[in-house]
Amino acid sequence: MNVIYLDNNATTKVAEEVIEALLPYYGSLYGNPSSMHTFGGQIHRRIEDARERVAELINAEPEEILFTSCGTESDNTAVMSALLSNPQKRHIITTKVEHSAILNFCKTMERRGYEVTFLPVDKLGRLKPGELKSAITDNTAIVSIMYANNETGVIFPIDEIAALVKSKGVLLHTDAIQAAGKIPLDVKKLPVDMVSLSGHKLHAPKGVGALYIRKGTRFSPYLIGGHQEKGRRAGTENVASIIGIGKACELAKKHVHDEHTKIKALRDRLEKELLKSCPNTKINGDRENRLPNTTNIGFEYIEGEAILLRLNEHNICASSGSACTSGSLEPSHVLRAMGVPFTAIHGSIRFSLSIYNTEEEIDFVLEKMPKIIKELRELSPFGKKEKPGSIK
Amino acid sequence: MWEYSEKVKDLFLHPKNIGEIENPDAVGEVGNIVCGDALKLTLKIDKETNRITDAKFQTFGCASAIASSTALTELIKGKTVDEAVKITNRDIAEYLGGLPREKMHCSVMGREALEAAISDYRGIKPPRVEEGGIVCKCFDVTDKKIRRAIIENNLKTVDDITNFTKAGGGCGECIPEIEEILREERAKKTIEEPAKPQKKLTNIQKIALIQEVIDKEIRPLLQAHNGNIELIDVEGNKVIVALRAMCTECLMANVTLKDVEKKLRELVSEELTVKSN
Repeated sequence: MNVIYLDNNATTKVAEEVIEALLPYYGSLYGNPSSMHTFGGQIHRRIEDARERVAELINAEPEEILFTSCGTESDNTAVMSALLSNPQKRHIITTKVEHSAILNFCKTMERRGYEVTFLPVDKLGRLKPGELKSAITDNTAIVSIMYANNETGVIFPIDEIAALVKSKGVLLHTDAIQAAGKIPLDVKKLPVDMVSLSGHKLHAPKGVGALYIRKGTRFSPYLIGGHQEKGRRAGTENVASIIGIGKACELAKKHVHDEHTKIKALRDRLEKELLKSCPNTKINGDRENRLPNTTNIGFEYIEGEAILLRLNEHNICASSGSACTSGSLEPSHVLRAMGVPFTAIHGSIRFSLSIYNTEEEIDFVLEKMPKIIKELRELSPFGKKEKPGSIK
Repeated sequence: MWEYSEKVKDLFLHPKNIGEIENPDAVGEVGNIVCGDALKLTLKIDKETNRITDAKFQTFGCASAIASSTALTELIKGKTVDEAVKITNRDIAEYLGGLPREKMHCSVMGREALEAAISDYRGIKPPRVEEGGIVCKCFDVTDKKIRRAIIENNLKTVDDITNFTKAGGGCGECIPEIEEILREERAKKTIEEPAKPQKKLTNIQKIALIQEVIDKEIRPLLQAHNGNIELIDVEGNKVIVALRAMCTECLMANVTLKDVEKKLRELVSEELTVKSN
């Protein structure tokens, strides 16, 4: 089956170089890096190499990188550490459009008695730094704001946010899981305290993430047990996946330029042509400040799951913010926070590209999509008055 | 990913009876764009015979909503209005070879559109407008709709009520109210149709059933009070049990024994008496 994979914000293909690098650790190199003997102990050196590669991607020092089991663990660890390290402070600031790893964690903390401010966004999914400024109080333990949104690709002005938050002396965490590898990140220039990364969003396997913790930041471990990760994250290392994320970060650093040129060109063409060939269609999110690989398009008057299943017939993979695909009965919290009208929210489709996509694949999607949209619109009771020739 | 039946997939990809009948004899519109699904059903009905001669739909919604709409129109074409009114959401789901539990509300939407159309044909207002208060504000679901879904589909959990009606699937604020409605309807159900077997039981079946009722219905209640119960013997209709732990000392032991008897009479046989060993 020849799959056209345009769902890279969900997960990515594991790069062949990554598979090659990690396979020995599922085979002959199965030792425990904590062991005293050479057979196990030699693995430790390989983990430290991987740590260096991850650090290089965001211009951090290797000792500032903690390996975790996934992006969610990185996110939870960051916020929890801030709360545990500042027990007198009981206020968290985040946004309404965070990934559920932050959003639901903060809602849980709210039920446990913490005060949480969920900052709103505007129609284009942009944050107003002014609102952040007025939300920070003496009681604020941490501000956690994502670098780029997974659904719309909208990039927040983290430099501006960081300057503001640090001027108030408050801890700042950013979930950069969608941004890493797609745009250059530099923690030397950006005064954030903690940054979450995830392996499987940048062509490493699932089940591994990383958390950058700036040197000097007070830290409380989330998983408690053995001395692994210098006592900051217990649990025997997921060696093969750590080797994988190391290799993937090395590749991502090389390819980040391609993201901005090749992938962006493909994305822009896909987006532009779809807007042209499908009427009553609009882009969700700020087109000026956006990840180069992501487009979120609202096809009005039709429902996203139906669009996805029609695409599925052609082996085209994408995502939707519709209620039917969200796993709950409510559509995307991100699009609702942006105030996208319901006529478009249920029919929102996210295409997210990677370096493995080709011009031919985009051509194929552009060929199939208008027919799918037209047929589903013919089924729909809505939007009929917008037919050409009829009275509006 | 939803596990749709082949029939659902086929009818989603190749829907039948799409569109709007010109000068229809009946129109049924349910749902809205905010909730994420909506169905407009138009019917042509022969006035002499009251037979539905044509049915068409327009649906905004997911694959199962679109497939349910085709199923509905196929089911009702050629039927008289009196026959059609008897179609339930389960008939629609069965026609489709089943729907994922979370998608059963699509079949309910089909049945509602049909009812709305028939009400329209008969010149009466659709019932939901006048009866029942809104329970779920997110999806505009009335208590009447919830009660009906419970009764018709024998629903036992709040999750299922959400699957069938969407109620409670939004902000979740109404879940306590849904729980209360569920309790009320389940209580009615035990009175109306006791789970008692109709056929005469063999001795072995009877003992097995008594054991089952004790295990599933009675012991958990007693354990909540640090008590326990063992079935010792069954002689004819005399059930001999041992009450253990706290309940042997308990002043309420008689009441407990009576409760056991009541439960066994209700669920196994009216003729049973319960004795302590």
